[in-house]
Amino acid sequence: MAYRFWRVHAAKANFMGGAIALNPRAATLTASASSRATLESAAVRWTLIAVASLFLALFLFMPLAMVFVSAFSKGIHAYLASFREPDAQAAIRLTLLTAGIAVPLNLLFGVAAAWCIAKFEFIGKSLLITLIDVPFSVSPVVSGLIYVLMFGLQGAMGPWLVAHDIKIIFAVPGIVLATIFVTFPFVARELIPLIQAQGNDEEEAALTLGASGWQTFLRVTLPNVKWGLLYGVIICNARAMGEFGAVSVVSGHVRGLTNTMPLHIEILYNEYQFVPAFAVASLLALLALLTLVIKSFVEWQSKRQLTEDAENWSMETA
Amino acid sequence: MVLKKRSILPGFGMTLGFTVSYLCLIVLIPLSATFLKAATLTWPRFWHVISDPRAVASYRITFGASLIAALINLVFGLLVAWVLVRYTFPGRRLIDSLVDLPFALPTAVAGIALTAIYSSHGWVGQYLAMMGIKAAYSQLGIVIALTFIGLPFVVRTVQPVLEDLDRDMEEAAASLGANRLQVFTKVILPSIWPAALTGFTMAFARAIGEYGSVVFISGNMPMKTEITPLLIITKLDQYDYAGATAIAVVMLVVSFVMLLAINLLQKWSSKAQRAQSSSGSAPLGLDLEPIYGSTAN
Repeated sequence: MAYRFWRVHAAKANFMGGAIALNPRAATLTASASSRATLESAAVRWTLIAVASLFLALFLFMPLAMVFVSAFSKGIHAYLASFREPDAQAAIRLTLLTAGIAVPLNLLFGVAAAWCIAKFEFIGKSLLITLIDVPFSVSPVVSGLIYVLMFGLQGAMGPWLVAHDIKIIFAVPGIVLATIFVTFPFVARELIPLIQAQGNDEEEAALTLGASGWQTFLRVTLPNVKWGLLYGVIICNARAMGEFGAVSVVSGHVRGLTNTMPLHIEILYNEYQFVPAFAVASLLALLALLTLVIKSFVEWQSKRQLTEDAENWSMETA
Repeated sequence: MVLKKRSILPGFGMTLGFTVSYLCLIVLIPLSATFLKAATLTWPRFWHVISDPRAVASYRITFGASLIAALINLVFGLLVAWVLVRYTFPGRRLIDSLVDLPFALPTAVAGIALTAIYSSHGWVGQYLAMMGIKAAYSQLGIVIALTFIGLPFVVRTVQPVLEDLDRDMEEAAASLGANRLQVFTKVILPSIWPAALTGFTMAFARAIGEYGSVVFISGNMPMKTEITPLLIITKLDQYDYAGATAIAVVMLVVSFVMLLAINLLQKWSSKAQRAQSSSGSAPLGLDLEPIYGSTAN
């Protein structure tokens, strides 16, 4: 992985290592001078750390802690009772269904987009990359609205849909569509740079050795990017399950029918049912934490792979 | 004319075809339907809707609060990135992985949690209330929510650049007599500035469109704490589809301008970083060139 990148860096490290070995006295001199010259005094260091921590405590840790503290404020029984509500269960089921459709479709799209963008050079490629980013920059509310204007009663396809008795807006299909739109770029954005860094050499070698296109993809490309792909899917899933603005516009807020978990939280909160609201919110917060854990794991894995590649390389050259 | 460079890898037609059709179906056709719908409005009617005092007030609140939140994130994002890259302290790895929380936490969850913290009985809000500051249900509340959702951007754009920064330059500056503050403003800051500006613009763009976390904490008072996305929802609830579409077109145009700005900034930022790392990796070559040039004259 990132083989070319490492070739450059390993060469640089060798060069510098050589210089240090030649002149050990100069090396120690620079080392001690550098730590003094490029490090702030302990007082400055700890002040900066304290200010940064205070900022993060106010804006990151407190909201996270608040979710769980409020959810359990009336004890574990009240917490668990929140999930026995039929409306809460319906909201959880609808959220799972929505993510279950949106994530695989966006995964398929992400892999296809990453393959053609990262492996080939063609005219209009940078335009295509920019267009894939569009859903990131559009406000969630506008993302929902565009589907209302397309499929709603007053919309472009409205009369035709009514005539054929198909309901998309204020129904489940609209929720799924809006979710697909909002989570559209995640897998593609995660995969494109990874596959690009890979280069085409390994795939070309596999093809010359007689592997089919699918075999090459499954056995060469996919294993190289599996961790990045996993993170792409996980973050796409977290966003799909947590989407609020876009879904809120197209859902119609029918309890037990078109309410996803975030919409259910909103209703409970506006009815001052704080414990059930934060209880449902705590599930989504757990999902967010799980997403971050997997992200850290993926980063650790790819770092490990990078060092292994570098070791293999230096063994080859030695 | 060659549309595509030759390659022995298969699957180009299939994957590009699928990518483009899916993109058209999900993104491009619905987006163009919005512009078509807006085109049915006459120009005076369109202008009347988007220049209505309530709409203008909502732009001012949205852009003002987003700008303040992005500035807060610029300052503290630089600080957090600095602390994470340069210092070791207990809890550093935990903080590093939690910085992405606003990307992963649903906006509605963030919204109710922040409201609970900054309302007049909340953990922080009660102390602010004692000082006479109303945090939740005010414009300050909007800034707080937008600061939360924009928090990761500057940290994550600056962090890798700071990690790659060559310490040699700092040592050189120090050995030439610069103090630490001068080294930071004259050597380090110019190198990380493009990345910081990219992160700032991303946080700003994200904040302009944000809805979920703001509606809970803002109080949603027209002319005072009503953000533009909420105005769209209000118009939709009143079945004013034309009005909602007109405002949505304004927001879409702003989004596209921001997207363009971010793309340009990213190009500039990566170019700046490449220039830096190439000068770092060729200590004997590139760096001496200007000197030779000046002596040749």
